[in-house]
Amino acid sequence: MSPLLEVSELSSGYGDFRALYDISITVNEGETLAVIGANGAGKTTLLRAITGLVPTWSGSIRFDGQDLLSVPAHKRVAEGITMVPEGRLLFPSLNVRENLLVGGHGRRPGPWTVERVVEVFPLLAPLLGRPSAVLSGGEQQAVAIGRALMANPRLILFDEVSLGLAPVVVRQLYAALPEITAHGATALVVEQDIGQAMTVADQVVCLLEGRVSLEGPSADLDRADITAAYFGMGHRPETRADGVEN
Amino acid sequence: MEWVNAIVQGILLGGLFALFATGLSLAFGVMRFVNLAHGDLAILAAFLAVSFASTLDVNPFVTMALVVPIMAAGGYVLQRFGFNWSIGADPLPSILVTFGLAVVIQNALLEQYSADSQGLDVGSFETRSIEFTDDIAVGWFPVLILGVAVVVLVGLQLFLSFTRMGRAFRATSDNPSTARLMGINDRNIYAVVMAIAFATVAVAGLFLGIRQTFGPTDGPAQLIFAFEAVVIGGLGSLWGTLLGGIILGVAQTVGNQVDVEYNVLSGPLFGHLIFLVVLAVRPSGLLGRRQG
Repeated sequence: MSPLLEVSELSSGYGDFRALYDISITVNEGETLAVIGANGAGKTTLLRAITGLVPTWSGSIRFDGQDLLSVPAHKRVAEGITMVPEGRLLFPSLNVRENLLVGGHGRRPGPWTVERVVEVFPLLAPLLGRPSAVLSGGEQQAVAIGRALMANPRLILFDEVSLGLAPVVVRQLYAALPEITAHGATALVVEQDIGQAMTVADQVVCLLEGRVSLEGPSADLDRADITAAYFGMGHRPETRADGVEN
Repeated sequence: MEWVNAIVQGILLGGLFALFATGLSLAFGVMRFVNLAHGDLAILAAFLAVSFASTLDVNPFVTMALVVPIMAAGGYVLQRFGFNWSIGADPLPSILVTFGLAVVIQNALLEQYSADSQGLDVGSFETRSIEFTDDIAVGWFPVLILGVAVVVLVGLQLFLSFTRMGRAFRATSDNPSTARLMGINDRNIYAVVMAIAFATVAVAGLFLGIRQTFGPTDGPAQLIFAFEAVVIGGLGSLWGTLLGGIILGVAQTVGNQVDVEYNVLSGPLFGHLIFLVVLAVRPSGLLGRRQG
C-alpha cells in the first residue's frame, strides 16, 4: 500500500498561536485514518493546513509524492483533496442542487454526479430544490458530504461529521462511508466521538495539545490507552475524571 | 396629463440611474466592496469616448465597442493586482482606496481635458421621439437607455442564477474561504466582478455624455444618484437596483413638476427625500436581504 498523504513535522497555527507541533501522519491509499482528540487538540487545524486554508509554518505535506505547500488552496481540489468542513458551511444563497454542483466547480473527472450522490443519500431526493438553510442538521451534513464528493476526490477529509447530530443520524451518515471509499476515495476522519472513529477507521491517530499522543491500527489499540492519550493522563485512565484540562 | 408624462419620463430616467448603480450593487453584493470612484469612472469612460470619437471620426455609439472592453480590462487588472488587498469583512479599506482613486481620476481628467464641459454628439437620434398624445412624447434615446439597463440587469441576474460562474459568484459572496475549498479562486472572481462593474458603468457614462454635457468633476454627483438607487432598491439585489433606479427617476421628474421654476433643485431634492424615507423606514431597501 502506497502512502497517499504524508504529513511530516508539520507546525501551524493562527497569528501568534501555535496549534500544531511537528505533527507527522501518513494516510495510505484506500485506508481510513481517524484523527481523534479533545477540543483544541489541533484536529481541525491539521485538516485546514492540508487543504491550505491555514498556512504551514514548517514541515512538509506531500500528496501522492508531490509537494503540496506550493499549491494554493483553490488548486488543491484539482489535485483531488476535498473537505467536509466542521459545521457543514453550506452556501445559504444556493439551493441543495446548487450546493452539490458548486462542489464540482473544478470539473475534476470522476464517478460522482448529483444523481449518484442522491443514490448514496436518498433523503436528499425530495430536497434538491430547497434552500439549504431550511434543512435539518442531518440533511445539511448529507449535502456537505455530497458536495465534497462532487469534486471526485482521491482524499476526503471529514471534520466532526457527528457534531450536534442525533446518534441515529450519525450512524446513517457513516453507513455511507464504505460506498464512498468503494469509489476510490481515501478518507481521513476527524472525530471527538471515539467509538464512532474506532468503528470506521483502519488506523487511528490521537492528538493532544497539538502533538501526536498515540497512533496505531485501530484493531490493536487498547481502549484504556486511547483514553489516556485522549486526556493526557499517561497510563492512569482511572483518574481521568479530574485530569481533563491537564 | 403633465403628471403622467412626468412619471413616464421618470421611469425612462430611472434606466440611466439603474445602469449607473449596477456595478456598485454587484461589487457590494459579491465582495462588500464600496467603490467611491464609481461616478468618476463613468466620467472617465465618457472622456475616453470623446477622444476616440474625435481621433477616429466616428459616432460616439461606435466608440462603445472600444471604451467598454478597455474599461472592463482596466477593472480586472485594478482589482486583481490592487483592490484585492483591501477586500475583507470590513468595507472601510475599500472606501479609502477608491476615495483616493476618485481624486486621481478627477485631477488626471482636469490635466488632460481642462475644465471645459464636453458633450457626445450622436446626431438627430438624440432628440427623435414618438408622440402618444399632445402631452406625452417618449424619446427614442431614453427608451434605448432603459432597454439597455433592463437587458444588462436581467442578463446579470440570469448569469448569477443559472451559470457555473454565477454559482461561484454567489458561493464566494456567502463564504470566500469555503468557496476556496470548492476549487473557486475567489481573487479571480473579485476581478471578474470588477470587470463587469467597470463595463456597465462605462456604458452608463457614455449614455450620460450623450444626454448632457459633462466635466471632469461631475463624477461624485453621479455617484450619489447611483448610491441612492442601490440603497432604495436594497443592497446586493439586482432586481432591487432596477426598481431603485426607476423610483429615483420618477421622484426626480415628479419633483421637477412640483416646482417648475426651480426644477434643477427640486428634482434631485425629491430624490433625496425618497432616499431618506426608505433609509428611515426600511434600511435594508425594498428588495434587500434582511440582515440576519
